Amino acid sequence: MSKEKAPERLIDDSGLRIDGRRPEDLRPIKLEVGVLENADGSAFIQQGKNKILVGVFGPREIHPKHMVLPDRAVIRCRYRMAPFSTEERKNPAPSRREIEISKVIREALEPAVMSEYYPRTVIDIFIEALQCDGGTRCAGIVAASLALADAGISMKELVSACSAGKVGGQVVVDLCDLEDKYGEADLPVALMPNLSAVTLIQMDGKLSREEFEKALDMASEACRQIRNFQAEALRHKYQGMVDTEEPPATGEASK
Amino acid sequence: MSATPKTSGMAKLERDAVLELASKNRRLDGRALTDYRKIKIETGIIEKANGSAQVTLGKTKVMVGVKVQMGSPFPDTPNEGVQTVNVELTPLAYPTFETGPPGENAIELARIVDRNLRESKAIDVTKLCITPGNKVFVVFVDINVLDHDGNLIDASTYAALAALMTGKFPEYELKDGEVIFKDSFQPLPINNHPVPVTFAKVGKILVADPCLKEEEAMSARLTVGIDKDDFVCAMQKGGIGELDSNEIKAAVETAINKSRELRGIITEASK
Repeated sequence: MSKEKAPERLIDDSGLRIDGRRPEDLRPIKLEVGVLENADGSAFIQQGKNKILVGVFGPREIHPKHMVLPDRAVIRCRYRMAPFSTEERKNPAPSRREIEISKVIREALEPAVMSEYYPRTVIDIFIEALQCDGGTRCAGIVAASLALADAGISMKELVSACSAGKVGGQVVVDLCDLEDKYGEADLPVALMPNLSAVTLIQMDGKLSREEFEKALDMASEACRQIRNFQAEALRHKYQGMVDTEEPPATGEASK
Repeated sequence: MSATPKTSGMAKLERDAVLELASKNRRLDGRALTDYRKIKIETGIIEKANGSAQVTLGKTKVMVGVKVQMGSPFPDTPNEGVQTVNVELTPLAYPTFETGPPGENAIELARIVDRNLRESKAIDVTKLCITPGNKVFVVFVDINVLDHDGNLIDASTYAALAALMTGKFPEYELKDGEVIFKDSFQPLPINNHPVPVTFAKVGKILVADPCLKEEEAMSARLTVGIDKDDFVCAMQKGGIGELDSNEIKAAVETAINKSRELRGIITEASK
């Protein structure tokens, strides 16, 4: 079924990547805040061909009751890929990968949320990857952090995220699906840029210590750029609410 | 769905003691910050498995059995054998481990072990193909946690590696497309020896090989997998705290040094 073939080269003679980007370039990002009616907070991110929707409910009463924490909110997170989000249909049953990613995303967002303000409640974060093109956990975190802010939940800082890695011998940022599959290494990072706090880091592949340090620095820089887009997207929505003349809110930012 | 876990049953006094010591760069059991507990590795303990090992790391005890069976390759890798890793947090290992299907902790643990082995190409899966696109060997790495006193990631990976390094699979011949197994066995093709080094962030410092009490007092956890040529091959942060990038870089450096020593212990035990 799959039409996809391994690319001959991931980096061309002029040092550009398969989609024409330079090593440090992000894919075009579009962020939208407040896209759902029923969720308390929501956001949509498009990054390359990634399309991810996040809805947040809460703080709200927790069920089942025995999960309650007396001194803070419980944070629940589900990352799910839609069956139609990939080349081959994805079985809708939760995979081990989705279970792991739900956990690491929750752990990436928890340090930012001031959960002690909302004892005995739950904050639910639902991440639906509608179309996947590499780097969905990072894109999911970027949108989830906007959705949390949109729900009015107190946070220390926005969580931003981006992957770095190595493809065709080059350290690059924001790997697309092909680069992730056929590249040498992938290093997703989530960062609270203004606190210089890394809240998610994973890696697979093969990197020397020097390459790793370079990749981590490049991913951090990319996170800082994305944080500006996030702030802009929030500003757009809430300025729109003050100034009714303004059309509501698409934070759009391309490279 | 992943949810914030219940806070541990550890007494506040005890947690404070761990943190208080950490603020003075000291640890509960007197170890230096990068010291591992005593490691004991036994191999070949389950005769019916193709490879087996038990690792005792302090009071943590993990058993791994490897089974090699014939199966089908994945469609996108028709010429390669298959590696699968599963973890059972057996209820006898810890009061709060429950029966039932694996939860997120067991799944994460299995996937970290899998990532270390897979990304370093520890098993040479190209040597496990019988008939391309049709029949290959499937290597099942099943991890049984028997006693939990922290740092299950490292103990499990070392045990998996020792079981694989001492593992054997049947010799066979093809007759008219039929696979005929001989009575003799050959060693599993093992190419690389990935060694994860796990740190816990306790207070403001990172300590290697955390015991359970340190894990209960930690804000975050970082595992750095290093292959035999000092390349980083896997990494995973866990826990609801944060790390800074200098801390992570320092951890990678420590892990590279530490992994050499640990790899020596594992390979020595797997001869």
